[in-house]
Amino acid sequence: MKEFLYYPGCSMSGTAKGYADSLEAIAEPLGIDLREVDDWSCCGASEYFSIGPLRGYALVARNLALAQRDANGSRILVAPCSQCYVNLAKTNKYIRTDTMLAGKVNEALSAAGLAYTPGSIEVRHLFEIVIHDVGVDAVREKVVRPLSGLKIAPYLGCLVTRPDPEKRWKAKEHPREFDRLLEALGAEVVDYPLRTDCCGGHLSQISPSMGLEMMRRLLDSAERLGADVLATICPMCQMNIDLYQADVNRRFKTDFKIPILFFTQLVGLAFGMDAKVLGIGSEVVSSKRALKKIGIEVPEPDQVEPVAAGAAADRPRPPRARKGPELPMPKMPGDKGVGL
Amino acid sequence: MAESVRVADGSPSRGLPPDVVHGFIDEVRGAVPGDSRLQMCIQCGTCGGSCPSAADMDHTPRHLFAMVRAGSRDRVLASNTPWMCVSCHYCTVRCPQEVRIPDVMYGLKSIAAREGRSPSSAAPDFSRTFMSNVHRFGRSYEMGLVARHYLRHFPLRIPGMASTGMGMLASGRMDIRPHRIRDVKGLQAILAKAKELETLP
Repeated sequence: MKEFLYYPGCSMSGTAKGYADSLEAIAEPLGIDLREVDDWSCCGASEYFSIGPLRGYALVARNLALAQRDANGSRILVAPCSQCYVNLAKTNKYIRTDTMLAGKVNEALSAAGLAYTPGSIEVRHLFEIVIHDVGVDAVREKVVRPLSGLKIAPYLGCLVTRPDPEKRWKAKEHPREFDRLLEALGAEVVDYPLRTDCCGGHLSQISPSMGLEMMRRLLDSAERLGADVLATICPMCQMNIDLYQADVNRRFKTDFKIPILFFTQLVGLAFGMDAKVLGIGSEVVSSKRALKKIGIEVPEPDQVEPVAAGAAADRPRPPRARKGPELPMPKMPGDKGVGL
Repeated sequence: MAESVRVADGSPSRGLPPDVVHGFIDEVRGAVPGDSRLQMCIQCGTCGGSCPSAADMDHTPRHLFAMVRAGSRDRVLASNTPWMCVSCHYCTVRCPQEVRIPDVMYGLKSIAAREGRSPSSAAPDFSRTFMSNVHRFGRSYEMGLVARHYLRHFPLRIPGMASTGMGMLASGRMDIRPHRIRDVKGLQAILAKAKELETLP
């Protein structure tokens, strides 16, 4: 077992419950021991830096300071949410490289008797820990129920490989590590060109027209490639595409029914774990039909079927309108078969 | 503080527009920690060409940076461009000059918000509601955030969201009550001190 400090982030006890449940289930088999930082607070998402930048850095630094105080077996702080990760990692780097900022942030922290020594904590995303520390081969060894026949689009989203403040990834736009991980689970991985495109983030809240269009692109590409499931590593991406898929369908007269599952849930399934333990069944767009393809039963959500969870996805829809031409996608040198 | 300059002949169609503020680029650079490299922009337009939300921006990032350099302070701060930035960092990794574009956008938003110049958009209000919840509880409070935000800005979207919302509640993905950290007082003291330091030069 390798020990890490753990910063769950607000969504893990809310909208990303399935992520939290499945992570808890697979942590031990993966050999990772996550120690939650005591009394951590919000990372500020993408809201604090817009209105009060220094308050944003101080809010994030409070968590770094608590992590430093709790650091025992490890000084690596793991965040499962891409937005939390990028806020923690960027703030950590800026404090290390901008002494004036470090001074101001520590002055603010001292108001609560806290302090942070620049550089004392290393921030990493859970996905990167699984890829670089656990390793795809170690994951493959634990697979007892290969996901053969399940077509998965690996959707990494933006913030893990970009901006990548500590330069942990070689490819920023078409990284292949997620493909390799899902292949190790036995799944059929589709060559998803939008793997690091943006889900719209908070645009679903502040500018629905653009936010929904960004999700439409993601869903459209996944559907054209015949994906049964979109796999994600970020609570924000999952919530957006899951929760607003019905909105996308209404707006664009489409009929997408693509479930969004966390990579930890897929790893758990391949490890032979029960779907319910992995929080599968709590998604709005049900994964029931997709997982039935490979003989996995998805539990009905407690009490709410079919009023909520099923209804959004199963309601009959008008026939699909013909969509416009695909956006041209860049082909990167060395990337085989990227594009549609 | 920078001063407004008018061109000698007073004509807005010739020479500089009337809102020019010398040194605005330095003010913007000062609102970003470390070196944003904004001054290194070569106006190549790679940022706008890479931007997924550029279609909804009134100026592309390249255009906005040209306006910053030209000192068009009022027009820059009234632009919706920074508020439409989703900070996906495509531009960051593609920029040949390594300008930290999303950080510049955050800096511009913070100047605009401080002066109450935010464009008519739900964006600053969403940020403020989010912040007030974090200030009260120490954690994000989705139920409170969504309820208030939708009632204020998108009441017509509520009926369509109702069944999904019920499902989220029933499956435990959303809580009616907020989670609260133990040391809310300490957090508030940190934020108060940081706010005080924000207003210092």
